Parts: sequence; C-alpha cells; structure tokens
Amino acid sequence: MDFITKLLAATIAMGTSLTYATLGEIYTEKTGILNLGMEGTMLMGALTAFATAYNTGSLFLGLAGAIVIGAIFSAIHAFLSITMRANQVVSGLSITMFGTGLANFLGQRLGPQTNNFNLVGMNLQSKFNNIAIPGLHKIPVIGAFFDVSLLTYALYLIIPFAWFYMYKTKYGLAIRSVGEAPRTASAMGLNVARIRYLYTIIGGMFAGLGGACLSLSFTPSWNDNMTGGKGWIVIALVIFATWNPGKAVLGTLVFGGITSLQFSLQAAGFRMVIPSQFLGFSPYLITFLTLSILTIANQKRKSLFSAPSALGTSFAIDEK
Amino acid sequence: MMRFIIEKRTTKSKYSVFIVPLVSFAISLLLGAIVLAASKANPFAAYKAMFEGSFGNIRRIQYTLREAMPLLMCGLAVGIAFKLKFWNIGAEGQYVSGAIGFTWVVQFWTFLPPVLLLPVGLLMGIIAGGLWAGVPGTLKAQWGVDETLTTLMLNYVAIGYAEYLYIDHWKAPFGNMGTPKFPDAAILPSVWGRVHAGVFFALALVVILWFILYKTRWGFELNMIGKNPKAARYQGVSIKKNIIMAMLFSGAIAGLAGAIHTSAVAQKLTTGVNGNYGFTGIIIAWMGGLNPFGSIIVAIVMAALSTGAGQLQIALKLPEAMGAVLQGLVLLPLLAGSLFNEYHLRVIKKGAE
Repeated sequence: MDFITKLLAATIAMGTSLTYATLGEIYTEKTGILNLGMEGTMLMGALTAFATAYNTGSLFLGLAGAIVIGAIFSAIHAFLSITMRANQVVSGLSITMFGTGLANFLGQRLGPQTNNFNLVGMNLQSKFNNIAIPGLHKIPVIGAFFDVSLLTYALYLIIPFAWFYMYKTKYGLAIRSVGEAPRTASAMGLNVARIRYLYTIIGGMFAGLGGACLSLSFTPSWNDNMTGGKGWIVIALVIFATWNPGKAVLGTLVFGGITSLQFSLQAAGFRMVIPSQFLGFSPYLITFLTLSILTIANQKRKSLFSAPSALGTSFAIDEK
Repeated sequence: MMRFIIEKRTTKSKYSVFIVPLVSFAISLLLGAIVLAASKANPFAAYKAMFEGSFGNIRRIQYTLREAMPLLMCGLAVGIAFKLKFWNIGAEGQYVSGAIGFTWVVQFWTFLPPVLLLPVGLLMGIIAGGLWAGVPGTLKAQWGVDETLTTLMLNYVAIGYAEYLYIDHWKAPFGNMGTPKFPDAAILPSVWGRVHAGVFFALALVVILWFILYKTRWGFELNMIGKNPKAARYQGVSIKKNIIMAMLFSGAIAGLAGAIHTSAVAQKLTTGVNGNYGFTGIIIAWMGGLNPFGSIIVAIVMAALSTGAGQLQIALKLPEAMGAVLQGLVLLPLLAGSLFNEYHLRVIKKGAE
C-alpha cells in the first residue's frame, strides 16, 4: 500500500508539468492550430521561471515570467501560421529549435558572475513545496492527492473548469466550431483568426507554466534541455485524451505512472523484465495505436473520436 | 486611414523566388546581430568566426559538406511526401530505422562475403526506412489516420528501440554504450577528406527526384494530388496507391541517409544516431521550395550554421547553443517571408474601395 501511495505521489509530481502543457495544447489544437513548438516553449518557460526566481528571489515572479514567455513564443507561432499562413508543422518545429537553442544559451548567460554567468548548478532559496492537508493526506493511496504543491492544487480547479469552459459555454462552442468548420464558423459571424490567436497564446501560457513546474518545483534547478522531450509527450497526450480537457489528466497519470514505476523499480534494484527503453517509448507507441484504432473504429461510429477536422489547416476568408 | 490586405497573387512573380529569401536572410542577420550584441559579442566578429568555422579552410568545408549530406537526403525524403500534402514528419524515425537495419546486416549477417556487406547493408537500410514510413502511409491511405501525428509518434519508438539496442542488446562487451565498430568492409570510403562516398548517393538522388517530379507521369500525378485531389480522382489517379508509394519512397531515402551516415561517420550504432537530421530535413524541404536543387542550398546553409557555431565557442567564448539560436533566427523570417511567394500586400485607402 505504501509503495502504491509513493508511486502515485511521484506520478502526480511528474505529471503536473505535463498536465498544464497538455491542457494548453488541447485548447490550441481545438481551434485548428497544431503547435509543435511545445518542447521549445516549455523549455523557455522553465528557463525564464528559474532565472527570474533565482535573480529576484520570488517564485511567483518566476511563474509570471514563464507565462509571459510562453505567450510570446506561441504568439510567434500564431503570427506565422495564422497571419502569414506559413505551414504549421514547419513553424512549430522552427520554434522548438529556436526555443531550445535560446533557453540553453541564456542558461549560460543569466547566472551569477561567480559561476561564469552559468545557471547550471545554482539553487533556489525556496521552491514550491508540498503542502499536506491535515487528516486527508493520511488516507492510504488517495492521500497522495492531498500532499502536493500549490501548482498541483491549482490543477484540481483548472481541469474541471477547462472541461466546463470547452463543453458548456458559448466560448467553448466557438472554439470547437472554429476547429471543426472554420468556414461555417466565419459565416456565423465568428472571427476565426482572433479566436485562433487567443487560444494559441493561452496554450503557450500553459506550456510556459508546465516548464515552470519543472524548474520551480519538480527538479528546482536549471539544466540544458531539462524538458527532455516532455513537449513531444504532450503532443501524444493530447491525442490520448482525445482532445478532451477533462481526460487530459488520465493520460498524464498513465504515462507519468509508467515513468515513475520505471524509476522506483530501478531504485529498488529490480532486474527489469522489460528493458527501460521500452517503457521509455511506450507512451508514443500506445498513442500511435490509440490514434490508429480510434480512427479506424470511428469510420463506423462517429461519436468515439474528436480530432478537430480543421487541425493544421490555414484559413482565410478570401480563399476557396 | 490606410488598410493593408493580403491578396493572392494572380501571376507568380519571377523575382519573389529570389528576393524573398534574400530579404529574409538579411533580416535574420540583423536579428542575429541584435542577439549577439545583447550578449556583448561583436556581431561582425561573430559572423566572421562562423564563416571561418564552416568554410574557412578545406577541412572545414569538407566537414560542412559531410553534415549537409544527411540533411539534404532527409529533405529530399520528406519533400516527395509533401508534394502530395502528406505531412511526413517521421523522417527522424525512418532515418534511425535505416541505421538499425544497416547495423543488423553488417554486424550479424556474418555469412555474407565481405564485399557484399556494404551493398546489402545499405539495401536493408532502405527497406527498414521504407517499412517504417509505409505503416503510417498505409494507415492514412486506407483509413485516413492522421499522418502528422502517427509519423511523429513513430519517431520516438524508433529512437527508443535504437537506444535499447546500443545500450543493452547489441552493446559491445567493452565500453558503456554502442555496438562494436563496423568491419572495414562495411564502412563507406572517403572520396575527399572527410567527404565520404555518400555524396554520390545524395547528388544522384537530387537528379533522380528532380527527374521523377518534373519529367515523369508519376511526378505529374503526385503534383496533381497535392494541388487538387478531386481533379486527380476524376482523372482516374489512385490517391491511395500514390500515398503508399510516395511514403515507401520517402522512408526509403531517409533510411538510406541513416545507413550511410552511420556507416561512414559514426561507424557503429551508438548514442547520437538521431542527429535531428530528420527534423531539420522537414525545414530544408520546405525552405527549398520542395525543389530538389533548392534543397541543396538550404542544406548547406543549415549545415554551415551548425558547424560554424563550434567556432563561435572557440573564438568568442560564446555557448555553442548560439548556433541553434541563429538557425532559428534564419528560419522564422524565412517562414514569414514565404507568404510573399504566393500573396502580396495591397495598401487600400479607406473609402477608395
């Protein structure tokens, strides 16, 4: 029992960052914009959060910095893919390349003079610590949910809200119409470009926050490429959640669980039956299979699957 | 009051093809200069160091060309799929599959006479890459499974599997990772210093692809599907068959690139087998205007930016990551500029409309 509780706690700690970014990407993709710049945006978020918190001593300024930088990076993607009608895949990849480069570069520039301006190896005075809720955190297994950081507690409110906003409000309806049938949405008087801009930028803010979770809470430090491909797992998680913000957390728990299990078994000295690399790529393989099976099944029954129809396509009123 | 609107060009401009990249590149240099100046480096000295680092002497030129080869081949690979608007972003995985296939033959097919190791190994690289691309191609053609997402996911499966092979299953008895070095007969020879025989494959592919795309019926069909799938269907062109064919072809080229680079440069399967060539290849195909000859120039520029970055570190004590920053700064204005190949800005005075 204790092992399971610990495993769950580790999963939640690791999954927090992924959940933020996944929620963001779901909102972006729901409007029809595919943002493959997640990895770069998350890494920039992690760097900005850490550098700000390190130099000002304020964790909350760090968070704010990560949100702002996330907004800026996704605004570049929005500008290129919406206004300039550039290819979304190429634009996203370029942003990842630029973001990872810039973050790694700045990591060697924003540190203290005594460390040759390097941020690697520096520590924060404080981090987002776990806050245990008296009584509740002692419940076996479930208790793991009540001994988490402020960033995770915030998610308990954000996830239901994100689901409600998407499916029960007129704003959510607007998002879905723009992602499903931009031409019809436009004819109904919705401003397609503005909605796409708005949620691409909000998505980027969440990605920045996801990065901040890593550098301010999960592993409070800065390291080159510290997101280590989490931005790509996010793309997979969005599919696994079938673009439903309410389900974003499920995939995170499953895949975060796989990784945590791998670490705790290794730490416990088990000779792995399944090689650790197989566990490493399993999220991608499972997502690949999920996507394929759901799409094939969907040909018979329409309701199973909800990839936005206009995902990755540009839209302009003057074109046919 | 004035208003800007973006309008589709009615005629394709002859000059925009050259002017847009040049203006974009000038903007990139300017943006780069700002970043360099902000990090207290002299932009002129930095650009000079980068140029010297990538083209400064024969050895540097050879090194840049060696880096450009896998980039060019991956660019060609995805370019053919992009022709029919099939977003193969899985060249990275297909490249790695090719490297795995090659390694399998040259390390374990000991019954082969040495002279056959290289050709059979390269062939296996082609097959492995082709199959890895054929799966998402078939899924798309038969059931409409989104190819952008499937090819992306399969990248990480291939990379993870390669990691398993060189860290665990195929690891050499000595050292902590990597297979044993390939036998000499399995290593592509050098033709000019660091430039290996892969250059012939790369250049031959440029010509072959150009010929296929612009001079054959198949190329015509691919173009037609990309531009107007409905018209293509009325003409009796099978979209399904073409998607699968193009993906097999695309993966085969990426797989060959992986086999060649692993054979000639790493000379064993080890860490760094996924050199991001597949991802950069996407950018190269796009920037090269999906024209095989255009891709050569872009591939060399991108390779030069990364080889030149090393010199930035040596000459100016700048972090090597500056190279990736500058690559990004080259790409973003170019992407924005690509709009002007098909559209142009029109200024409208309010009331005059």
